[in-house]
Parts: sequence; structure tokens; C-alpha cells
Amino acid sequence: MASLPAPAPAPAPASADAGSIAGLAERLRKAVGVGRVLTDHAQLRTYECDGLTNFRVTPAVVVLAESRQHVIDTVRLCAKAGVPFVARGSGTGLSGGALPVAEGVLLVLSRMRALRPVDPDNARVVVEPGVINLWVTRDASPHDLAYAPDPSSQLVCSIGGNVAENAGGAHCLKYGFTVNHVLGAEVVLPDGSVVHLGGTAPEHPGYDLLGAFIGSEGTLGVATSLTLRLVRVPEAVQTMLVGFHSVEDAGGTVSDIIAAGIVPAAIEMMDALAIEAAEAAVHCGYPAGAVAVLVIELDGPQVEVDAQFAQVERIALARSAFETRIAQDAAERALMWKGRKSAFAAVGRISPAYFVQDGVIPRTQLPQVLSEIGRMADAAGLRVANVFHAGDGNLHPLVLFDDAVEGQAHDAEELAGAILDLCISSGGSITGEHGVGAEKRTKMAVQFTPEDLDTMQLVRCAFDPDGIANPGKIFPTPRLCGERPGPRTGEHPVQAAGLGEVF
Amino acid sequence: MSARPQPRSTAAPDAPPQGAPGASRGTVPVEGSAADLSPGAATGSQRATDQAAAEAVGARRPLDLGQGGPVAASAAAATVGAAAGTGTVELGLPGLSASMFPAFDEHHPPDAALVADCVHCGFCLPTCPTYVLWGEEMDSPRGRIDLMRQGLEGDALEPSAVRHLDQCLGCMACVTACPSGVQYDKLIEATRSQLERRVQRPRAERLMREAIFRLFPYPRRLRAVRGPLWAYQVSGLGGVLRRIGVLDKLPAGLQAMESLAPKLSKAAKLPERTPAQGTKRRTVGLLSGCVQGAFFPDVNAATVRVLAAEGCEVVVPRAQGCCGALSAHAGREREALAFAKRVIATFEQAGVDTVVVNAAGCGSNLKEYAHQLRDEAGWAERAERLAAKVRDITELLDELGPVAARHPLPMTVAYQDACHLAHAQGVRDQPRHVLRGIPGVELAELVEAEICCGSAGTYNLLNPEPARELGERKARAVLASGADIMVTANPGCWMHVATSLARLGERIPVVHTVQVLDASIRGIPVRQLLMTALEGPGTTLARPSASLR
Ligand SMILES: Cc1cc2nc3c(=O)[nH]c(=O)nc-3n(C[C@H](O)[C@H](O)[C@H](O)COP(=O)(O)OP(=O)(O)OC[C@H]3O[C@@H](n4cnc5c(N)ncnc54)[C@H](O)[C@@H]3O)c2cc1C
Ligand code: SF4
Ligand code: SF4
Repeated sequence: MASLPAPAPAPAPASADAGSIAGLAERLRKAVGVGRVLTDHAQLRTYECDGLTNFRVTPAVVVLAESRQHVIDTVRLCAKAGVPFVARGSGTGLSGGALPVAEGVLLVLSRMRALRPVDPDNARVVVEPGVINLWVTRDASPHDLAYAPDPSSQLVCSIGGNVAENAGGAHCLKYGFTVNHVLGAEVVLPDGSVVHLGGTAPEHPGYDLLGAFIGSEGTLGVATSLTLRLVRVPEAVQTMLVGFHSVEDAGGTVSDIIAAGIVPAAIEMMDALAIEAAEAAVHCGYPAGAVAVLVIELDGPQVEVDAQFAQVERIALARSAFETRIAQDAAERALMWKGRKSAFAAVGRISPAYFVQDGVIPRTQLPQVLSEIGRMADAAGLRVANVFHAGDGNLHPLVLFDDAVEGQAHDAEELAGAILDLCISSGGSITGEHGVGAEKRTKMAVQFTPEDLDTMQLVRCAFDPDGIANPGKIFPTPRLCGERPGPRTGEHPVQAAGLGEVF
Repeated sequence: MSARPQPRSTAAPDAPPQGAPGASRGTVPVEGSAADLSPGAATGSQRATDQAAAEAVGARRPLDLGQGGPVAASAAAATVGAAAGTGTVELGLPGLSASMFPAFDEHHPPDAALVADCVHCGFCLPTCPTYVLWGEEMDSPRGRIDLMRQGLEGDALEPSAVRHLDQCLGCMACVTACPSGVQYDKLIEATRSQLERRVQRPRAERLMREAIFRLFPYPRRLRAVRGPLWAYQVSGLGGVLRRIGVLDKLPAGLQAMESLAPKLSKAAKLPERTPAQGTKRRTVGLLSGCVQGAFFPDVNAATVRVLAAEGCEVVVPRAQGCCGALSAHAGREREALAFAKRVIATFEQAGVDTVVVNAAGCGSNLKEYAHQLRDEAGWAERAERLAAKVRDITELLDELGPVAARHPLPMTVAYQDACHLAHAQGVRDQPRHVLRGIPGVELAELVEAEICCGSAGTYNLLNPEPARELGERKARAVLASGADIMVTANPGCWMHVATSLARLGERIPVVHTVQVLDASIRGIPVRQLLMTALEGPGTTLARPSASLR
């Protein structure tokens, strides 16, 4: 991907200077072990970005935590020194959520990868945050259980990262996002204390702090253990691949299916460019000449699946579907999914560089919004590939560009931004599942009123009064806790002293 | 419109068998559990997408990816270097002290355009053996590409970066995995040559490397070697090493060499020309290889017999030397080029349609000749022509299709994908076809099939500790598969996994793919095959752990 000028990095808290960082690194080495603390420049630079490469910051220290105690020690020492820390799982985030802070510590959790035995009777399992998403279903499957959220990055992304981003996946239309599949979390708060949010029961009285934590992008604390809900695997599964000659017809089919009262396990859509990329990478054999394809999966009791499947076929035909393929076995089903699962990463095959955008629109607006994106792309002289969770209107427009051409990266960024504005103006949202991170925080002010944002900041301040947990993410105007929310007048004293930054 | 739900396998193939890497407690179905479905009930929808996720990175199933488990004991030393006083584990390689600027010189630096192809998605992480061991970014493909990028952007090459690049096994699992088509093979080859040429390594390490490269690429020297200390006498280095007193500073590397030396079988000389049986279908030349030829002569003999039985006239040119694989993969560019030229000239003279290779590492190297010799005046085209003729033995057999009758061999086979066959050459289905074509053979797939066994050319000599850890992971996967016999396509993997098994106090028969086919064609009873394979090279000599500690 292209290197664009990174926006101003997060404000560094007052007490963090180079000297204290060196001291902190030494204290960290004593606490967690020499072999788990990195300060070597070349090593630090391999951690300077996640899956979003146009934002890069080299952290001052990297800690490779292997246990809950390492996390507690690291957070405590950071809190004491007033040094910010950023949690990181597998570093596949697409919004710069794990972007380090220059004078801060990057707390890497990828070595915390233990799973406790599955509790089949209660359909749950307790895992460490570095556990890879796919491993959860691995351990659940002998009990005919599965972990429902299945992001395309499921082979590498961590459960901790999934929880922090409230990750979604193809099957979230029916089964819900990560937030619906986490029962409890053990969290190290930014002062180093350990709390348990949620629990093992399906419902809890009192404030839903767990709900607040999920999707908080590492700004409320670091999860060290997660209790996940497992789902029973359905009796029957049917998958079909449908080819269309127009994007509008494909979009219309999605609306019609949902309007008919059918909730498929998944409806995924890819347009011609995305199909081209997937074919180049994994040879998935999608219908030739298709301008758009839908991958539709139904699951549940056999009779229900059979009846609804026939209905879906009729709906697609009415919208001029020109080819419908039905997977005859698991291998064919996997082949249909393979193209979709590799689509993002595969776009690198057809374009030197690209931005992955993530936005949500009301499903009914699919055809209009897609044609509008097409028009905008033409006007900008750029190509946009569309891969998305059509069922819940979660778009992933991929803006293709050539970073070797002067100015194209900038044009592409503008276009990606304009697409988000279009999502908001059509009544949608600026992110479906990739999070706000460093990338979209300025867009938050477009989607929310200052009062909305202030309310969110109050929550953040309750967990992290000193603002050391992943600062500079989510909020367009990082407020300093203690500041009274409300209309802002004049300069904050800390800001005036050049210590904080408000914009 | 009648897609049938798939019957549920009672063996729960989605979970690793007990004892395999990644196997968790409690993954065995609990009898009478409320969550148990009746046998034959459908599998879940998630499994198709999980399967697709694995296939998106070139794997056959999710279980073929790295399965996690505790971080390896060598992690601290790998991460911060043994020199940093971590004490516990010595990796065998002392660190460098000074950084180097500029990181790369003008002669074939890693290509900036190839580096820029990496979109940082991380899809290559779960099949990278060093990431599986240590769980940190610097020892992942994405991190190593970052290290190269830093050098291209003008950073000095730090000793830490050299260590992490040295710690790459060159297994090319990341090339298979990368959905964006990043050519890590070209990148690491260019980087290795730069390091090899320009980095001043500590003396002990330099001598160790010299010793290896004075020995392994020379079939005659190899044949002369029985104990590894011989290696030093033969290569003339033993005396030097003793005099300067570094011999005892090389314990890990030396012990690795010693433990890997296979039991030798009598080497019957291969005839220079073997006629085809029945109608002749093709004239093929066989690359006899150095390690293969010296330590595993049975494999070459079996290859010749099978090819002849399948209608090939087999030419084994006398003058052939090493193909240069070990040198090329270690970045010893000039040496590699000299070896390559000799092989090209030899096989041009032999006048064959196809050059057959039965050692995965050599095969992948021959296929890379065109790239390696791209700048050599008068050779580039010849290299390309030769490379186009190269086939792995299973590739050729699959292409030709069977003519000789197969006799049954009722046994369960654990086929181990050699990295230089599966990842570097993309040959995964053909060996399985060849094996499945034998009546009675059942294939057992290994957990973590995508992950390198740690042998990796000279890696197990230069980085014995991680090599040992990976070897034991692979050995445990083989044992957990319950197979009667392990089949592999590379002498290095063979020796390394067999040694690792021995260290775990286990023995299982090991053979090359072509030996199984040879036994089937010749009607050798399965018991006899298993017995010979158990006593064969590599499987018995391995010493118990005491001498390795
Ligand atoms: C090719 C590709 C496809 C993708 N497809 C999808 C998709 O289909 N659906 C989807 O939702 N996402 C998708 N993503 C985005 C990404 O994989 C997810 O956001 C994922 O959840 C990130 O997990 P991670 O382990 O990589 O986290 P990281 O990127 O390391 O971190 C993400 C955020 O989580 C925080 N964090 C990490 N661990 C913890 C912890 N233990 N406690 C507190 N905070 C923590 C970090 O601070 C950061 O803010 C995709 C990414 C790629 C590259
Ligand atoms: S090498 Fe390929 S798979 Fe690995 S991070 Fe880069 S683009 Fe992704
Ligand atoms: S070649 Fe193998 S060890 Fe090296 S980076 Fe690629 S996957 Fe990792």
C-alpha cells in the first residue's frame, strides 16, 4: 500500500520524555524478562503499523507479554510513569487501531495463545487474547460447536483484536457480531488493576460494562482472558453462487430476500473487479462474465433450508440472475467461499496499491449507493472494487490506485473519504467492522454530535482518567479528562502549554 | 436442487489428534454430552468458511496451519539474541556487534518493487515456522520484508536484523500463503547474498559455515565421511579449528552434524544408461544429488527402477556434481553459479527430454536456474532451457500416468510435504496421487502440514535449537497421525524428522515416495517394506537426547 503522510501522532502525556522511557524499559525488563522487551530500532520498526500501512509510528518500547502478570506489570509501570501504551494482537487491523504511540509502549499479546478446555454442556470456552480466531472452532468442533464470528482474516487475527474491534464476518447477518459471542472478559484497566466484566452466565444485572468494552479499540484496558459463547452447528447448510449482469440486480436481490422474511446465514457480494482479483489469486472459478456475484448461504433445520432455498432461487431469477450454482458438497462450498475470503488481500494482484474502505448503508439503498460509487470513481478516474457483507449493508469498497503516479494516492484517499460521506448521508455509518482507529477519527465528528462524543469520552475517562490507553484513537478531539464536557471555549490550559493537542 | 448435507465424520477431523501440536485438553467428544449430535448429523456452515479461509492461503484445511501452543523455549534468544545475557538458551550463533551502512550495495539488492507488493495483511503469519515458534513480528515474513524495506529506505543494517534474517528457514511457506503474490523467495535470496558477501561474521560462525560448505556440496567427500569429525579432516579444517581453539565453542552445531549423519547403506553404482521396459515413452536424465546420492543411494536406485518400469530410458550422467542448492539458499552466489553451470553443461550433453530430480531442495534449485543465471553472459538462455525440462519425480510420474502394475501395500502413510516441493515448487497433489494409486495405501494428513520440519538445507546445522524444536513438532504430528510409515521427498527432512523421533524415544519407518512405488511395482510385501524402512538410513543411528544436551 502507499505511504501517505501520516496525520499528527497522538499527543504525548506530559511526563513522557526520552529519559523516563529508557528508565521504564529497564524496569520493564526487570519485571517481565530481558527477552520480552524490545528497544532495538530495527525491531521496533517492524511494529510501526498494522494492516493499514499509510499510518506509521515507531514505538519507544515493545513488550511481548506471555502471561496475565506480564500485562499487569507492564500496564502498572506505564501508569506509574505516565507513559501511554497500545495493545496489539496479530496486527491485522485495517483502521490503525494498533498504531503505536511514539513515546509509548506497544503491548503485544500474540504470545498469549492458550485455550482452556471447551465446556460443551454450557457451550463456552475461555481463551487468552492472542488465540487465533480459527483455533476456537478447532477446539469446539468435536462437540459440534463452533465460534460464529468469522472475519475474512480469521486464520490470523486474534480474539483480543476481534473483541477490541467488535469484528464481524460473513455469518454475522444471522449470528451477530463479536459482541453477541463474548460472555465475559478479564480486563487489566489502565491503572493496572484487574476487573472481570460480564461473566459466564448469558445475562448480567447492572451496567453492561462488557458491552462498552467490546469495540472500544483498546482505549479502556487490555483483555487478558475472554469467555466465548459457542453455537451449535446447524443441521443443514446450503450455499449457492449467483451471477448477475448488473450490480443493481444483485443489490436488489439482497433486499428482496430479506424483505421476504428470510435471514440467510450469509449474503456476500463481489463485483467484477473483486472477482478478477480473487480469480487471479485463488482460481475460484466464479461465473464468467459476471458483473456481480452473490454468495448466499442458508443454514438451519433441513426442511426450512430446503424451502427457503427454492424461494431464494426464484427471487434471484426474477432479478435476472444468469447463473445459479449450488454447492453439492463441503468442497464445493469451500470453493465458493474461497474467492470471497481471499478477495481483499488478493486485490494486491490487480493493483499496485489500494485502500480498504469500510462503511455501512441501509440495505435498501444498495443499488443507488453502488451506482453512485461507480459514478464517483469514474469522475475521479480511479477504479473501485466492491466486496461486501451485502446482507447487513456493510460495504468494503476497495479504492485502487498506483502509488507510483504522482497525486493518485491523494485522489484515492479523497475518493475513499467521499464514499464514507455518501454512507453517512444515506443514513449509514462510517464503519461496519474495521473500527475507527487512527484512520477515521475525524469522520466521527460528521457522524456524531459533540454531545454524543462527549458522552462517549465520559465513559473513556471513567476507565482511563489519564488517557494512557491507546490515546489518539476513535475521538476526533481527544479531550483531557477532568475537562467538563460541553461547548468548548478558548484553549485548554494543558494545550496552551503545548502538552496536549485539541482540534 | 438437492445439495445433500455432508455426513459427519466421527473422527472429528477438525481437531488435532491427541499429542499433535495444538491439541488441547478436552477436544475429544464427551460421551453423553448435551452437545453431542448423533453420528451422521450435518457439519456446520462455519466449517465451509473456515475451510475457505485456510484455502485462501494455499493450505488444504485449517489444521495444516500453525496451531499455536506454548511459545518455544528458544524465544528469548531468538528475539533479543543470546548475547543479551538471557542465559537460558544458546542458539549456537553469536550475534554481530556492529551495524552496517548502507544496508545493501548495488549488486542485486532486494527489489524495492517486490517489497512494496506486501500490503501487510499478515496472512503469511500462521504458516511461518519462526512465527509459530516465537510469536513475534521480526521473525515473520511480513516483519522480514519490513527489515528489508528499512534497509532500502536508508536505515543501517542492524545486527538484530541480520539475526532475524538468518533465522528465516527459507521454507517459502509465505510464498504459498501470500494472497498478494509477494515473491519472498526472490527477496530473501537477494538479501542472503548481500549478507553473505558483506556481513563480517564472528570467527567461530564463519568457520562453521566454511566447514559445511566444504563438505556438503561434494558427493565424494560426503561419501568418505562417517563420523562428523571426519568432516573437518577431510575438508582440512579440523586441524585449523583445533589450533585456534574454537572447536569446543561449536558444540551445538557440531552435535547437530553428528546427530544427523545417517547410517550408510552400501551404494551400488547406478548404471549410466538403463533401458526402458516395454514401449519407451521418454528419455530422462537423473540428478543423483550429493546428500541423496551419498547417504540415500537406495532412493536413487528405486528411482531408476520405477522410471524404467514406467517406460523411461534413464540416463545418469557420471560427471554431475552438486546442483548448488545449499550454496544458493545460503546466499553463496558465486559458488552456486559455478555449480549450476556444471549441471547445465552435463545435462545438455546427456541429450535428455526431461531432467528428473528426487530431492526436493535440488529440484527447486534447478527450476530457479533461469533466475539465478539471468546476468551471466551466454548462460541465461541455456539455464532457462534446462530449467524448463526439470520435473520432480512425482510430477513426472503423475504426468506420464501408470503403466506398470501395482501390487497392494496395505498400510497408512503419513506423507510429509517437503517445503521445497510443496512451497517452492507447488508440488503437493502429485505425490499424493502417486501414493493413492497404490492399492491398500491410506493417507493420513499431518497436523501443521504447511509448517517446515526445521531441516531446511543447512539451517539445522547453523540454527540447531529452533531446528530441534520444529523437528519435534513435526515428529509429534507424525506420531499423532497413527500412520505406519512416514513418506518424504527430501533427504534433509528424512534425517531431521527421524532424528527428532529418536530424541522423543520413538522410531517409525521412513522412506522416500518413490521407494513406496518401487516396492509396490516389485511386489514387495508390506511387512518387508516396513522392516527395511525401519532399519534404513537415518532412522537408527540417531542418538538419544543425552549427547545433544
Ligand atoms: C485481509 C483482511 C481481511 C479482514 N476482514 C475482516 C472482516 O471480514 N471482518 C472484520 O471485522 N475485520 C476484518 N479485518 C480487520 C481485522 O482483521 C480485525 O479488525 C481483527 O479483529 C483485528 O485483530 P488483530 O488481532 O489483528 O488486532 P490488532 O490489529 O492487533 O489490533 C486491533 C485493535 O485491537 C486492540 N487490541 C488488540 N488486542 C487487544 C486486547 N487484548 N485488549 C484490548 N485491546 C486489544 C488494539 O489496540 C487495536 O486497537 C480484516 C483484515 C484484513 C487484513
Ligand atoms: S507477504 Fe503477503 S501475506 Fe504476508 S503480509 Fe505481505 S501481503 Fe500479506
Ligand atoms: S521462508 Fe519460511 S521461515 Fe522464512 S519468512 Fe517465509 S515462512 Fe517464514
